[in-house]
Amino acid sequence: MLIPSLLGISVIIYTILALAPGDPFGQLLTNPNVPAAVVASLRAKFGLDDPIWLRYLHWLVAMLHGDWGFSFASRINVSTLILERLPVSLAILGAAELLAILIAIPVGVLAGTRPYSIFDKIANTLAFVGFSLPTFFTGLVLILIFSIRLNWLPFVFQSNMSSTGLTWLWQNILQSIMPVTVLGLFQGAALVRYVRASVLDVVRLDYVTTARAKGIGERKVIMRHIVRNALIPVVTLVAVQLPVVFGGAIITEQIFRIPGMGSLLISSILSDDTPVVMAITFVYAVLVIVFNLIADLLYAWLDPRIAYR
Amino acid sequence: MTERLLDIRDLRTWFNTDDGMVRAVDGVSLHVNRGETLAVVGESGSGKTVTARSVLKLIDMPPGRFAGGEILWRGRDLIPASNSEIDKIRAREIAMIFQEPMTALNPVYTVGDQIAEPLRAHENLSRRAALARAAELMRLVQIPDPERRVRDYPHQFSGGMRQRVVIAIAIACGPQLLIADEPTTALDVTIQAQILDLLNDMKARFGMAIMLITHAMGVVAENADRVVVMYAGKVVEAAPVEELFANPRHPYTQGLIRAIPRVDAKAQHRTRLAQIPGTVPSLINPPAGCRFAARCTFATDACVAAEPVLKPVGPDHTVACIL
Ligand SMILES: Nc1ncnc2c1ncn2[C@@H]1O[C@H](COP(=O)(O)OP(=O)(O)O)[C@@H](O)[C@H]1O
Ligand code: SF4
Ligand SMILES: [Mg+2]
Repeated sequence: MLIPSLLGISVIIYTILALAPGDPFGQLLTNPNVPAAVVASLRAKFGLDDPIWLRYLHWLVAMLHGDWGFSFASRINVSTLILERLPVSLAILGAAELLAILIAIPVGVLAGTRPYSIFDKIANTLAFVGFSLPTFFTGLVLILIFSIRLNWLPFVFQSNMSSTGLTWLWQNILQSIMPVTVLGLFQGAALVRYVRASVLDVVRLDYVTTARAKGIGERKVIMRHIVRNALIPVVTLVAVQLPVVFGGAIITEQIFRIPGMGSLLISSILSDDTPVVMAITFVYAVLVIVFNLIADLLYAWLDPRIAYR
Repeated sequence: MTERLLDIRDLRTWFNTDDGMVRAVDGVSLHVNRGETLAVVGESGSGKTVTARSVLKLIDMPPGRFAGGEILWRGRDLIPASNSEIDKIRAREIAMIFQEPMTALNPVYTVGDQIAEPLRAHENLSRRAALARAAELMRLVQIPDPERRVRDYPHQFSGGMRQRVVIAIAIACGPQLLIADEPTTALDVTIQAQILDLLNDMKARFGMAIMLITHAMGVVAENADRVVVMYAGKVVEAAPVEELFANPRHPYTQGLIRAIPRVDAKAQHRTRLAQIPGTVPSLINPPAGCRFAARCTFATDACVAAEPVLKPVGPDHTVACIL
């Protein structure tokens, strides 16, 4: 399943990118200082004028050998470039998702087990507000307050800091606070509504009444019989949505100038750096498929009805 | 002198809905003696389930609320009792089984863990000891191969077997009263008889009382010691089982008895059911006077003028009808 999907996706992405307007040597062509012959030999060297299917096969073979191509714009290997950017994005997104889950599960469960209470109404309103405010807006507000007014937090994200050890860690934490908060609260707001709805679905089921009739106490009924069952669809949703979040984080990365995958993708698109665009899109595709697989495995692990079917 | 385990007095359980206050249980009085089977019978919507759930306080509040009455358990009123006091009574003293065996068990835990759960909570057993007891209980309710099946999940059992698991959970802590809310309604006819036999067997073995809720008079005749007939949130007649079938006084009870499917001895086929025409009235604005008047062939102006109260008509036999 995994390999045919990835092959299919790579064919589609490759074809679309090849057919898209824009040429990495467009600027060279219009530059009078570069002789036409040099341009032609460069084009031949990179195989830019071959038919699409031949170029795709070249790309595929190279890819399978671990050669992800060469960035025209940065003049380094694509794999080096991606390995430099990916960890930054993963760290920020991972922390944000963790924050979202830590907020959404307790709030969603409390709201779902006390529907229409004051707590539920406040949580619902806040979730709605958090979900409606775009991250570029909240991001800019935070920068305005904490970086410009109060000067507490760094304004621009730096990946190559000279410091080491604890200072390095501290500086990284400081510069991650705002992006992680913005993304985490946004994700958390969306997730709260989902957790609450899922809890509401479970609360009225018969086995919850059976559990209550056992006299084990409301806390155990909630933890063992409501939360455990309500989280099955939530866990899989989180897994399936992580790559989508990855895409959505591009904007946040731009605002905080985080040198991650998102900003790399945008700059490569702007400079017609096809090998990099291809590689990033491919990494996203791999993430989507891998996380879908993880979601399936988690689902089977959490719900015995699936494993035995 | 027989001991009254459960004594419900003038209970009112109402629900606040968008359409108005649903008076689901509106002045119900009934009692269960130690070791007996009390059948509570009535058509769907007459308030049987709400009455039963009120006893263990399994009504969602809101929208529900106790608008009046007392639920005396061995002399003590449960309505003002705290949650932790109720939790000590649940499963240990009063257990309950429900109508739908397919949904009454949590799909993500093994049946063994679910039977063990009340044992661990009330008797402080270790998981291993509780699981061993769970297997014994499964043998007791006649589930084949209990040592192996204790590790199976609910979806691996048939409906009848799941209801046996539910019964095993209910009897785990040796309750004095088992409330069975239509325990066989969702099952095949052949399985129904087996489950009722099992309940009677458990009753004989442990001496527990059973409050058997059903809408089928046939089930009442075969299993009950005493009967309470409910209609539209009220008790309309109560009597020992032989007395009720020999001498039904309320027109509604008479209608229910006529509606029992009978096997005709000569023709060997079922006679047509004599259904009571009409339906249970709205419990939001219940009609004044006798709630059965709209469907009663004997109704007069006097029936609508004032609500008939339960009055004795024989030893241990009460009826709410002006006739
Ligand atoms: N949670 C609730 N909210 C509103 N009405 C309810 C609720 N639960 C039960 N009722 C109403 O109470 C009445 C009696 O229901 P029930 O006790 O289930 O009847 P039975 O078990 O005799 O069929 C019905 O009219 C039903 O609609
Ligand atoms: S009181 Fe009147 S209406 Fe009600 S059951 Fe008796 S005869 Fe019928
Ligand atoms: Mg019912």
